[in-house]
Amino acid sequence: MAVINHEKSVIDVVDLSKAFGPKVVLSNVNLRVHEGESLAVLGGSGTGKTVLLRNIMGLLTPDSGHVIVDGKTVHKLSRDELFETRKKIGMCFQMAALFDSMTVEENIAFSLKRHTNMTRSEIGFRVDECLSMVGMRDTQKLKPIELSGGMKRRVGFARAIALKPKILLFDEPTTGLDPVMTDVIGRIILGLKIELGVTSITITHDLKSAFNIADRIALLFRGECIACETPEAFQKNPHPVVQQFLGGDADGPFLQDPPPPKRALSKT
Amino acid sequence: MLADFFYSIGTQILRALDKAGDFAVLSFRAICAVFRRPFDWANLLRQFAAVGVNSLPVVVLTSLAVSAVFAVQLAFGFRQFQAEGLASQVEGLAVTRELSPVITGLMMSGRVGSAMAAELGTMQVTEQIDALECLATDPVHYLFVPRLIAAAIMLPLLTAISIMVGYWGGYLILVTGEGQSAAVYAEEFFRLLIWRDAGIAMIKAFVFGIIIALVGCWRGYRTEGGAEGVGNAPTSSVVISSLWILISDFFLTKMLLV
Repeated sequence: MAVINHEKSVIDVVDLSKAFGPKVVLSNVNLRVHEGESLAVLGGSGTGKTVLLRNIMGLLTPDSGHVIVDGKTVHKLSRDELFETRKKIGMCFQMAALFDSMTVEENIAFSLKRHTNMTRSEIGFRVDECLSMVGMRDTQKLKPIELSGGMKRRVGFARAIALKPKILLFDEPTTGLDPVMTDVIGRIILGLKIELGVTSITITHDLKSAFNIADRIALLFRGECIACETPEAFQKNPHPVVQQFLGGDADGPFLQDPPPPKRALSKT
Repeated sequence: MLADFFYSIGTQILRALDKAGDFAVLSFRAICAVFRRPFDWANLLRQFAAVGVNSLPVVVLTSLAVSAVFAVQLAFGFRQFQAEGLASQVEGLAVTRELSPVITGLMMSGRVGSAMAAELGTMQVTEQIDALECLATDPVHYLFVPRLIAAAIMLPLLTAISIMVGYWGGYLILVTGEGQSAAVYAEEFFRLLIWRDAGIAMIKAFVFGIIIALVGCWRGYRTEGGAEGVGNAPTSSVVISSLWILISDFFLTKMLLV
């Protein structure tokens, strides 16, 4: 089991705000992820979860506040320093974002070829190792178009862990998958966490997998982080938004526009 | 009312300047990136095939058609004052100096530039370019550089082939059709030309190649908004690069043809 080092924070999100035009997506978000810890970020659609990850990766520049990854302020780094930092982070995209002109093997070997001095056979071995970690052995020669959604995500995971990163970021790894595949993906994430001892942030709106994999759970609501605590404490959090999210009820403060009342929809 | 009018003009101008600046910055980054390690030979060879080899049929056919139809017009025109002999001289001049480089450039902006815009545009909307960034790879270095080098080298070569094909296009009409002597045609075609003209054609083609690759990659890289965006990227790439090919052709001709 991975040991959490509470002394050392690997990712520090400080007063992060980001707006696109008039639409404020994140406002003053503060999060701290300790070494070896696994954080799940929950939130409804469009609450800025993905924007949070993009800020951590340095794909977006914050309007105010900053993100510190491994002791370095991300948006103040030069391009070369930023790439050095990104080598320590494995990012798993929502739709996998595999390079569709390459085979599975070439996808996973991509960063190994560019950033290491490994020989061809060493790379082949590492690709095999990464694929077996995500339960996708013997798929090296397939093209991404021949894979299903769940398989693509898993190849995406394999590509993200190829360089042995210290940090893994998962962007909605289970969205759009059937319940069984959702559980498979959840177990793979848990397995990676235990085997590699990495620090991870998982963005999801699937409660079951969040409770399975997370050491702490955060909830984003209208661009703000309204809770960040252990799963047990999260379940008992009296905040109405938290309780509504846990109950999965349409009535409550969660939605900006109130939904149609239940009575009108039910046939009487 | 008037304020609205000026406001909209101002916004348009600002947007145009914004785009021009963006293009300039990206082009500068791409040209600097040409000299940076690691160099991706496999990717470059693939682009040579895509830009050069696969474009041969298009270039050959269009050059043949354009040079032949130009010869028809010349033969007709010079016949009006019994100077058929001049047709082959003017044919040589026009094919080498203008028709081949410009026709090759325009065809390539339609064939290659649009393909670059569509490919990079699809990569952009499917987050593959973000994935490159996350794998610590500069997309400008990885995607722009091989395309830029391939286009800058292949356009002059294609233009040279186009000039050769143009010679035979004229031959087809003036010798086979109009009954001029083949030996005379071979001599007359090159009468008004000096080696400098071939050099100018190559310089033009080189510049057109850079324009095609940079505009195609830029439009693709800046694609937004899903399928519609991917659809717009090749269109705007072809329009912009064709326009710049014609504009730069004018200035290059003015500058180089002393």
